[in-house]
Amino acid sequence: MVFLNSDRFNPGLLARYARREFAPNRYDAIAFALIGALAVLVVHGAQQMGQPVAALHLSPVVLDPARLPEYALRSTLRMFAAIVVSLAFTFVVATLAAKSRKAGLVIVPMLDILQSIPILTFLAFTTAFFIGLFPHSELGAECAAIFGIFTSQAWNMAFSFYQSLRTLPADLEEVSTQFNLSPWQRFIKLELPFATPALVWNTMMSMSGSWFFVVASEALTVGNRSVTLPGIGSWLAQAIDQGDVKSVMWAVVAMGVVILLYDQLLFRPIVAWADKFRFELTASEQEPKSWFLDLLQRTRLFPRIARPIGGLFRAIPRPRRLRNPVRPITNPALILWFDRIWLAVVFLAAAWAAVTIALYVHHTLNLRDIMSAFGLGFLTFARVIVLIAVASLIWVPIGVWIGLRPAWSQRIQPVAQFLAAFPVNILFPFVVMGIVAWRLNPDIWLSPLIVLGTQWYILFNVVAGASVLPTDLKEAAGIFRLRSWQRWRDLILPGIFPYYVTGALTASGGSWNASIVAEFVTWKHTQIQAAGLGSYIAQNMVAGDFPRIALGSTVISVFVLAMNHSLWRPMYRYAEKNLRLN
Amino acid sequence: MTLTLDRSIQTDAPLVEVTALKHVYGKGNGAGLTVLEDVNLTLRPNEIVGLLGRSGSGKSTLLRSIAGLITPTGGKVKVSDMPGDDTAHGVSMVFQSFALFPWLTVLKNVELGLEAQGVAAEERRKRTLAAIDLIGLDGFENAYPKELSGGMRQRVGLARALVVQPSILLMDEPFSALDVLTAETLRTDLLDLWSEGRMPIRSILLVTHNIEEAVLMCDRILVFSSNPGRVIAEIKVDLPQPRKRLDPAFRSLVDDIYARMTARPTGPAAREGNFPGTGLGMALTHVSTNTLAGMIESLAAPPNNGAAELATMARELQMEADELLPIAETLQLMRFAEIEGRTIRLTPAGRRYDGADIDERKQLFAQHLLAYVPLAAHIKRVLDDRVSHQAPATRFRDELEDFMSEPYAEETIDAIVSWGRYAEIFAYHEDDDRFSLDDPA
Repeated sequence: MVFLNSDRFNPGLLARYARREFAPNRYDAIAFALIGALAVLVVHGAQQMGQPVAALHLSPVVLDPARLPEYALRSTLRMFAAIVVSLAFTFVVATLAAKSRKAGLVIVPMLDILQSIPILTFLAFTTAFFIGLFPHSELGAECAAIFGIFTSQAWNMAFSFYQSLRTLPADLEEVSTQFNLSPWQRFIKLELPFATPALVWNTMMSMSGSWFFVVASEALTVGNRSVTLPGIGSWLAQAIDQGDVKSVMWAVVAMGVVILLYDQLLFRPIVAWADKFRFELTASEQEPKSWFLDLLQRTRLFPRIARPIGGLFRAIPRPRRLRNPVRPITNPALILWFDRIWLAVVFLAAAWAAVTIALYVHHTLNLRDIMSAFGLGFLTFARVIVLIAVASLIWVPIGVWIGLRPAWSQRIQPVAQFLAAFPVNILFPFVVMGIVAWRLNPDIWLSPLIVLGTQWYILFNVVAGASVLPTDLKEAAGIFRLRSWQRWRDLILPGIFPYYVTGALTASGGSWNASIVAEFVTWKHTQIQAAGLGSYIAQNMVAGDFPRIALGSTVISVFVLAMNHSLWRPMYRYAEKNLRLN
Repeated sequence: MTLTLDRSIQTDAPLVEVTALKHVYGKGNGAGLTVLEDVNLTLRPNEIVGLLGRSGSGKSTLLRSIAGLITPTGGKVKVSDMPGDDTAHGVSMVFQSFALFPWLTVLKNVELGLEAQGVAAEERRKRTLAAIDLIGLDGFENAYPKELSGGMRQRVGLARALVVQPSILLMDEPFSALDVLTAETLRTDLLDLWSEGRMPIRSILLVTHNIEEAVLMCDRILVFSSNPGRVIAEIKVDLPQPRKRLDPAFRSLVDDIYARMTARPTGPAAREGNFPGTGLGMALTHVSTNTLAGMIESLAAPPNNGAAELATMARELQMEADELLPIAETLQLMRFAEIEGRTIRLTPAGRRYDGADIDERKQLFAQHLLAYVPLAAHIKRVLDDRVSHQAPATRFRDELEDFMSEPYAEETIDAIVSWGRYAEIFAYHEDDDRFSLDDPA
């Protein structure tokens, strides 16, 4: 999903999300088939290419704390490389989708699906593909890792940019048209600035979310291929392999420091700076602040450096306006025919995709496989539902308590966001130790791991919702001496509901993703697993059984999409229709 | 650069010629909403022309057709330059919402149009500063729009439109988002600049729904009817500038325009006022029952004692024609009042309503609603006939959409829900969008 900026909740965005425009339709099915077929082809190609690649230990990780800063740096660089790729992807693909109706018809549902399904499962495919591409060099592995991280970042960013482009303020669009701005001027003056706040927010969320993938993608074993890239993820894998508790702790510390650093030195300044692009003509009450940005702006050196860079940027030759711009076709009959042809092409591609998948599945899997995958899917589904419910029961009251006390919420909010960014898979070994030591039932005790990292989304969204409850309503509740249950039923719960739905939706998507690492955990030579779709996929990743990984990925995607469409979106629509506070 | 204009260049060659303009929103096959039909307009140099009409009369659409922002469904729009080597050319526009880029400073906002034209940086800065100076924005060059008051923002909008030296300035309700005092200041400043010839523009086209504003500023006023928009009157304003609101000639012109705007179409449907459509297909305007009651009370109270001139009422209640007319016409539709020329007069039923207590008022309102609003009677009949005494609202919405476009049907349903609830003749349930006969009691 697109992350709604929970700092300042925007009901308009919610409305757009809830509206019919983003509801599933036949194009979702088409997009789904196309994505599936692409995955199948990639695997097929990879299997052909990289036949007997021996274990690819490039430069083995040494568990020496002195080397840790370097590893942390390399992991971080990989993430930033992926962010840059994601931004490029965003600008190209989202712009295309917004400007061309025909492209949008296919791209939008595709993005919608890609941003809701657990991308972790595709890691196996992409890694196989890239290593197949560069079988004997580090480059392949690096590309695979960066691509893996990219796949975890790009979709919600692109979707947010697309939504911004589709909801440009009409009057500003008219001004741009009236003054005849060139497409480039339009992009720089109108589209990019308008989209910036949402894009910055989504980039931050992507960055947080992708830590999880850094850990998973640096040290990956897919069948007989194993990849180890120097970085925190590999360090962690090594430490787990050797049962080195101290090194795991070191990794936790290093990751905390890195997250803190880029948050303070990069994202806070960007958020503070991007505040001026908020499309409101009133000054915000609480402007986001960044000590680092203030510092930079106060220095003498920085503006001097910044100016020539700006000058350089202005000196870049712009795309010139076409002398005779191509006139869009306005004949309705002709447009209709173009639409029909385009639709036919899309349907043919989808049909071909469906056949490809069917053939592939038919050769390698049978009905029992599918049935068992769905069966396991229900187990994981039950886990997700129960744990989201439990997490809600715990965090909603706490979040409301915090949110109603501004002094507290200002302090707690950044902590909750930090915790949400923290890749909890780093903590799993401790849980394994506990389960082994006390001989607990893994089917039950591994379950909490899937919400360990995602519960914070519920917390900080609820805090945000409670902190913006209108004062007059709170005062009215006070004057009429509402009893505590009545107060919750009539004031607090309806007030925070839209925020809660945002948090719970994000948390549930993240939990499905987490199930792949949480239901199958190793510590030294001990493997513990809980029955479920996550462990099914994880096991098959270790075994290198591509058809079953594909099956597992598809089933998990079906579950996530079904849950989004039948549970979360109706809740969104309900919130939009009945619980708006303005 | 000089921003002065030699008014001695006199020419009657029209700057804008609009002929037989027609515009239909929505479906191209004629099922859409016709907002403009057979509109003709000529704009000559050295005049301010006002387009006056109620919301939905398509005047903004006409303005946007001239600005080239929309392509009308039919008809012709011709925009010409001034003859000779006049530097001013083209059109520029001022928006009701100001349409400023919040992330650009005042300076950058004003520069926008010049940048698009590819004017060199130095020249651009010079011209921008001149425009900012002209419009009285000195000292605000580096401010962001959010730091400015509404009036200052609209000055930025004006400077931005002027800096590209258009020959025609299009203004889309430029003062209606401002408070009364600010709007008055801006109007006066604009008229001063215009009469002193300090703006590069040769002609202004102003869209407004404020009658006094139109009379105050314009040399010529085109009055539009709504749904579909047509020019129903062209009024020349010969009063000398500066015009005074209290001047009897001014007053009588305003009153006269009120009368024209409420003028009933002749024919059998005359009783239904300006509501488009007849019978079930009548498109209603959602006017709150509180407003209706307030209007009746203020008509009944001295000094009106049951009758008043519409323009006087508007001044008294500080309402614009756009707001007042739907109220008056709803009262007329329900036979609580009658409009004759410039005057609105309470009917005996209207007087009875004024003297009644809450329950009697509701009963009276219910009787009139069922008797004179066919849709209300229709819904009541359907609910009576059904065993469950319930009906989904979509049923009626669909029926209405046979006669009118979706937004009109929506507004009509809103009106009928609110009146029906007040009259307690039926209930409406928002959750599942249905009507029922029962009420919570």
